[in-house]
Amino acid sequence: MAALGDDLDAGFVQLFGAHRQVVFSTALRVCGRWADAEDLTAEAFLRAYRALCGYDRERIAALQPRAWLLTILLNVWRNSRRSAVRRPQVAPLQQAPDTADPRGSVELMAERRETGLELAGLLAQLPEDQRVAVVLRHVSGLSIAEIATVLSCPEGTVKSHISRGLRRLRRLCSTQALQAPSDVQEVPE
Amino acid sequence: MSPDRDALITGLAALAADAPEGLLDRVVARWISVAGPMGPLYVAFTDHGVAYVRIGQAVGDSAEAFAASFRERFARPLLTADRPPAGLLPALRAGRATDLRFDLRGLTAFEQAVLGAALTIPKGEMRPYSWIAHQVGRPRAVRAVGSALGRNPVPVLVPCHRVVRSDGETGDYVFGPNAKRHLLDTEGVNLSLVDELARRGVHYLASDTTGVVCYPTCPNARRITPAHRHGFRTVEQAARAGYRPCLHCRPVPAAGA
Repeated sequence: MAALGDDLDAGFVQLFGAHRQVVFSTALRVCGRWADAEDLTAEAFLRAYRALCGYDRERIAALQPRAWLLTILLNVWRNSRRSAVRRPQVAPLQQAPDTADPRGSVELMAERRETGLELAGLLAQLPEDQRVAVVLRHVSGLSIAEIATVLSCPEGTVKSHISRGLRRLRRLCSTQALQAPSDVQEVPE
Repeated sequence: MSPDRDALITGLAALAADAPEGLLDRVVARWISVAGPMGPLYVAFTDHGVAYVRIGQAVGDSAEAFAASFRERFARPLLTADRPPAGLLPALRAGRATDLRFDLRGLTAFEQAVLGAALTIPKGEMRPYSWIAHQVGRPRAVRAVGSALGRNPVPVLVPCHRVVRSDGETGDYVFGPNAKRHLLDTEGVNLSLVDELARRGVHYLASDTTGVVCYPTCPNARRITPAHRHGFRTVEQAARAGYRPCLHCRPVPAAGA
């Protein structure tokens, strides 16, 4: 973070390089759509930059950049969802449906076959609190303490969101495994 | 394997994805200095297009001063660019940027429409503020047109220097009236003729061979031989004398006339 205090723009590029993967992964797995994840990541980093413009050296030095960036990302995500509810998107019909992940299908299929799960799709079925906590812990690799900072809630709450989320995911997995070839997913809850 | 490192946990960890290449350029802008009509031209652009332009003179020929004024106005990181954005150099050479992409996200719809109208004025020609007001469908908003052009973030490329007062004065400019006259002069506008006509109260020129009335800087007006050239104070007077507006420069009544 020292670079940020000296030359904001050069430091910002370093900050972006160091944290773009964790911010993008979190965005992708929390919102579930690749294009939205790009928008959210770009917007989060831009807001971070604008905040940094107003911070003095001490404040910048004291930042925990990863937790701070993810806090901004989740705020951007919640706001974008709120405004999407206020003015629902019209005319998406002529657009091709957004793929959840345009990466090489081979890689992805191998991954799916390996685990036997459509994990990304199942994550989307978790309640928001659990999904965010599970993504931060197991996709993005944050510690419980960091997640507690990001979500500004006690560590105990974080742990319970995670364990409930994982329990639910396991249940969804086995439900899906039973119906394996079918696309129908009736999930009792 | 610990109970934690089961298939589900491994699967979740594999869901991490690296940010796509090019995502940085959705956050930062880039800048470059190119040769412009008045010495170096500082140009900042984003993934949406050209966002900010300053002539060297306006920033004391200092990249730092340009970057500082960009950041103050846009609050976005600014990095150097390896090469100019596509279309910039051809646009500068031709004095025509209608095919160039601009990032005007910070502007109102009215301001964007005003700049869009100014963009269509050909090199070497001038139009009054009232003409722009007509083009954007707000014929009475002449003053608002003036302020919108005064806030033009991409001057030179969006040629607000080609927009002048109806009374023939060149009027204000982001980089000052002298820079405006200099730019017009470089483009081949015969300013002394325009000044001289204005002193005589002539703001439109008509040809009795074609029956057409034009702004004095229109190519069709420049071709009129002195014997067939008639000057008018207003386009209405020309119309009463039987002249129809030129289809190239499309003269409109001056505001309040």
